[in-house]
This record gives sequence, C-alpha cells and structure tokens, in this order.
Amino acid sequence: MKILAGDRPRSTVLTLILLVILICLALAPFLFPGVRSLETAARICIFIVLVASYDLLLGYTGIVSFAHTMFFGLGAYGVALASVHMERGFGALAVGTVAGAVAAALLALVIGLFSLRVRAIFFAMITLAVASAVAVLVSQLSAITGGEDGLNYSIPRELTPAFRLGEVAGVRINGKLLNYYLVFGSSLMLVLLLLRIVNSPFGRVLQAIRENDFRAEAVGYRVVWYRVTATCLSAAVAALAGSLFAIWLRYVGPDTVLSFEIMLDILLMVVIGGMGTIYGAVVGATIFVLAQNYLQTLMGSAAEAVAGVPLLPDLLNPDRWLLWLGVLFILSVYFFPTGIVGRLRGKA
Amino acid sequence: MSAAPDHTPTMAAVALGERLAKAAPLLLVPVLVLAGYLAIGTTSSWLTLTVSGLAMGMMIFIMASGLTLVFGLMDVINFGHGAFISVGAFVGISVLLSLGAWTGAPSLALNVGAVMLAVFAAMVVTGLLGWGFERVIVRPVYGAHLKQILVTVGGLIVIEQMIHVIWGPDEIFLTRPEMLKGAVTFAGAAIEKYRLLAVAVGLVLFVLMRVVFRHTKVGLIVRAGVENGEMVQALGYRLRLVFVGVFIAGSALAGLGGVMWGLYQEVITAGMGEEMMILVFIVVIIGGLGSVEGAFIGALLVGLTQNYVAFLAPKLALISNIGLMTVILMWRPQGMLPVVKAK
Repeated sequence: MKILAGDRPRSTVLTLILLVILICLALAPFLFPGVRSLETAARICIFIVLVASYDLLLGYTGIVSFAHTMFFGLGAYGVALASVHMERGFGALAVGTVAGAVAAALLALVIGLFSLRVRAIFFAMITLAVASAVAVLVSQLSAITGGEDGLNYSIPRELTPAFRLGEVAGVRINGKLLNYYLVFGSSLMLVLLLLRIVNSPFGRVLQAIRENDFRAEAVGYRVVWYRVTATCLSAAVAALAGSLFAIWLRYVGPDTVLSFEIMLDILLMVVIGGMGTIYGAVVGATIFVLAQNYLQTLMGSAAEAVAGVPLLPDLLNPDRWLLWLGVLFILSVYFFPTGIVGRLRGKA
Repeated sequence: MSAAPDHTPTMAAVALGERLAKAAPLLLVPVLVLAGYLAIGTTSSWLTLTVSGLAMGMMIFIMASGLTLVFGLMDVINFGHGAFISVGAFVGISVLLSLGAWTGAPSLALNVGAVMLAVFAAMVVTGLLGWGFERVIVRPVYGAHLKQILVTVGGLIVIEQMIHVIWGPDEIFLTRPEMLKGAVTFAGAAIEKYRLLAVAVGLVLFVLMRVVFRHTKVGLIVRAGVENGEMVQALGYRLRLVFVGVFIAGSALAGLGGVMWGLYQEVITAGMGEEMMILVFIVVIIGGLGSVEGAFIGALLVGLTQNYVAFLAPKLALISNIGLMTVILMWRPQGMLPVVKAK
C-alpha cells in the first residue's frame, strides 16, 4: 500500500477495474496483438498521465485551466525539435523532454503569478487566451515548428520496428514493443508520483484551498504559493506526457497535440472518471479513448441506418461526435458530478 | 474631564498625480492613438488604421458588454457567450442572404432595411436562446464557479455543433449590401464605409447604455446590484428578474455583434464565436470585471493595438493582445476600472 501512497481505491469494484486496466495495459502487446490495439493502449497510457495531471489542478486545487494542451504540446514539441536539430539518439530525447518540462513549468509560473494572484477565475480566461495565442503562433512560425504540417523526425533505432530481438509467445519483440514499455513504465511511474503528491501534506493543503481558500489563508497557508506550485507541477507532468506522446508517434503537429478538442477530451475524461481522485483519471481516460476509437465507427453505421429520416443522419454523422460529447459533458456535470469513481466509492 | 483633542481638518486639494492616476484609464485611448501616429508617421495610413481599430474595438465592445455585466451582477462567468455570437451571425446572415433583392439594390433605404431586419432577427433569436441557456444551463449551477465554467463550455460546444447540423459544416461567404461597399476618401486616407457605420453603431450603443445606467431606475438597480446584490434584494427588488433581463440583453447584444462581425469579415464560421471569445475575455479582464466603461476602453485598446501592431510589425500581431493584457495587469492587477470586489 505504500506504493499507492496509502490511498487505496476504497471500493472492491473499483479495485477490480483498476487491476484489469493495469494488467491489460501491462500485457497489451501479448493480449491484443495488432498495430491498432497497441496504438490504442499507448494512447490510453499517455492520456491517463495527462488527465491525472489535470486532475491535480481541477480536482484537487479547484482551478480550471484551458492551457493543459499547451503544456502537453510544449513537451511534445520539445522532443520533436531536439530530435530534428540534434543527433539521433537518446540524448536528444532526454534534452527535449527536460527542456519541454522546464519550459512548461516556467510558463505556468508566469501565467499563475499573473492571474492567480488576483482571483482564480481569471486563470480560466487567461489560460484560454494564452493557449489560443500559442496555438496560432505554432501554426504560423512554420520555419521553426513546421506549421500546420507539423514535424516528422527519427527516434533512436532501438525504439523503432526495425530493431528486432526475436519472438516470445508468437509476438515479435521489436523496438516498437520496447517503445510501448517505455511509455507504459513512464506513465505508471508518473501516475504513482501524482498519487504521492496529492496524498502528501502538500496535497492536503490543496484540498483545503479547494474547499475554502479564504479559510486556508486564514489558517496561515499562502494560498497563491500553493496554487502556483500546483499549476507548475501539473504543467510539468503534462509536458512529460507530451514528450512520451512525441516519442511514441514520431510526429507532432498542431492538430494532434495543441487543438482545443484535446482540451475538451481531457475535461470530459476527468469529469466522467471522477474529479479529485487520480483513479478517476485512469478509469475516465481508458473508457474515453476506447469509446473514441470504436464508437465513432458505430455512429457512422447508425447514420447510414437512418439515412431517410430528416435531421437524424446529420446528428449521427461521425463528424458530430463533439455534439454528443458536449451533451454528455453537461449531463455528467449535473447528474454525475463525482464521476465513476465517486459513485463506486459511495456505494462501498 | 480632559479637553477634546485638537482637531484640525486639512483640506488639501487632490494632488495632480492622484488625479492623473484616477483618469489614467480614460487617457489611455488618446495616448495610444497619439503614440500610433508618432510610430506610423504618415497621416493617411494612420487614419485608416485608427478607424479600423476603432471599428473593431466597438464591435468587440458590443459583444463584451453583456458578459461583463452578467459577471458583475450574478458572479456568473459564461464561457458559452461566444455561441451567441456565432448564432447571431448565422441567423442574421441567413436573413440577409434571403433578402438578396434588397441588399443588391443600390438604394440606401432598402439596404439599411435589410440590415435592420437581419439584426432584429439575430437579436430576437439570440435573446431567446440566452433566455433558454440561462434557464437550462446556468441556473442549476449558481455560486459554483468550477461547475459554471465546465457547464457553459459544454453549452458552447453543443450550440456550435448544432450550427454545423443546421447550416452545414462549411463557412458561408457573403458580400455587404450595395451601399455599404467601398470606401470614402478623407484627408488622403481611404476609409471603408462599413467601418464608419460600425463605429457609429458602437458609439450610439455605448451612449445609450450609459444613459440607461445613469438615468433610469432599472440602470440604478443594475448598478447597485453589481455593487452589492444582497443589499438590493434586502430593499425588496427581485434581482433575479433583473439578472435574467440582463442575461437576455447581453445575449442579444452578442448576436448583434456577431452580425456586425460577419459583415465586417464577409465570412462566417461556426467557430467564429469561440475565436471572438478570446478577445472578449481579454477585454473584460483588462477593463475590470463588471465594468461597462472598462470594457469600452479595453475594447478600443485591443482594437487599436491589434491594427497598429499589424501594420508596424506583422509578426508581433499574433501576440499583441496577450502583450497588452500583460502590461495592463502588471499595472492594475484587477483590471482598469474594477467594479466587483475581489471575491
């Protein structure tokens, strides 16, 4: 229990779900062979980290940020730029990862000092403005960032499919597999780290601030300092997730790492999973990514099935995926505010 | 019994510095215009840029005024405000397009009539939409900022996607009515007619708002409500009703802003409201939450800065608004003319 920082799932069903997710992700290449399922598994790992880091901000500190994809993008572009400009190798990955995380933390510090000093609600608006400005900058400065096309780059050979090691239980052990385990291992460690952070005395203070910032200030905690620190930590972890994503995809572009749509996905994952639990991020991200990958196909066939009816095909068009996300989002904030984890814990 | 201590009141005049500090936000716009003149040099381009900056500022102000009041009155932050801008633009432009015979005719009366109809339709639809939005989306989450932000963002997405469903996924191009095309030449500078119209509409609205706020009872209640809502309720006014009214009016104004912005850009997309929201937020923040005057000054500053910077250093234009916001917040962390006490 020490590894979970003393914060057990506190529900039998939840424990089982978490164990299933952990085992499936750990053995994904062997349980679900195939390129598509491996892509999905890696995506789930990365989004778990990203959403958990957002949960530190939204669920534990009670701050809404719309710049989380910006930090995610900083990490991804850090790795991409380092890989483009440096020699192929692990050095480039390390430099890019560290640079991305540091840049994200610094930017978060500046934004936090500007907006959180006055009132937390400024933060939501200012992050929205800054994130959109950064997204525009990235797509305009094509000389550096590759613009809308993004950047392709090579990663160390040991992490690519070309690097072969043999076969185990009918599954080819190659660089792609090593790459997956790099992603999986790092994600696991980052989630455990976040769990450690939120269950530390520091995390307690954050929750106190979330519940009543005025009182926390009165008790003697410097609310601004705690909020800014949480913002920086969350930004740095998001950047690390971005780096993992960049290492996995071998490509970055504004649409894949910076778009507002990803921000909405993150929000939805946190809310569905359960705010302020970290475990919620794990459950939410897993369900959501699976749904995203397989439900859109279903919507397409549903739209074809009702082709004759007016308006319905338009509503069920896979491009209108966001519409249903929005509806789901509103409904879950109203009727399901504690998310899946909250419900499961409530029953236990 | 000891004598009362000496009490000699001093009645020093307010120092010049203090007066300047109070008036500083009001002076910012003329100072910026002057600085723009010095930096640009040529009168004709300066005039063109200033008019287009003012036009842009006025349109942003129209969209921002509702948002800032809604926040000031009920402490509700509405991220869905941008959806009203888009809906207004789509409704208004659809009406304009269906009145093709009116807009194509080179008659001022018919053109203005078509635009008025379009604006009227847009404002009615967005007003109604705002009313529904307040009832369904906002009402259950009063007093909880976190949920407000989440839910109104959800509302924004749903409305935006519904625009896609109703009007199709593509942007719509349009041309302005015949008499609003082209430019007039003044002192060697070409000034688009439509921009002059936008400035005029914005000014009229601002003056109208000021008159309503300063000289009518409703305005008094609204201002008092922003200052101290509980007290107003204790005096027997149903602030909720006032608030719903302000919410509807603010949504309708966002719709008006949407039509005007659509005519200005000559293209409308479902995402335009979301893009404008970013400028609107910057304006509301630098103006000071809850302050209509602050939003007015802020909007003009944003419009002018964007146009000047785009001319002087096009690369910097992308981040000029963020820069402006940073500078203003460093100077006044609460915004220029904050009305609502920090909560």
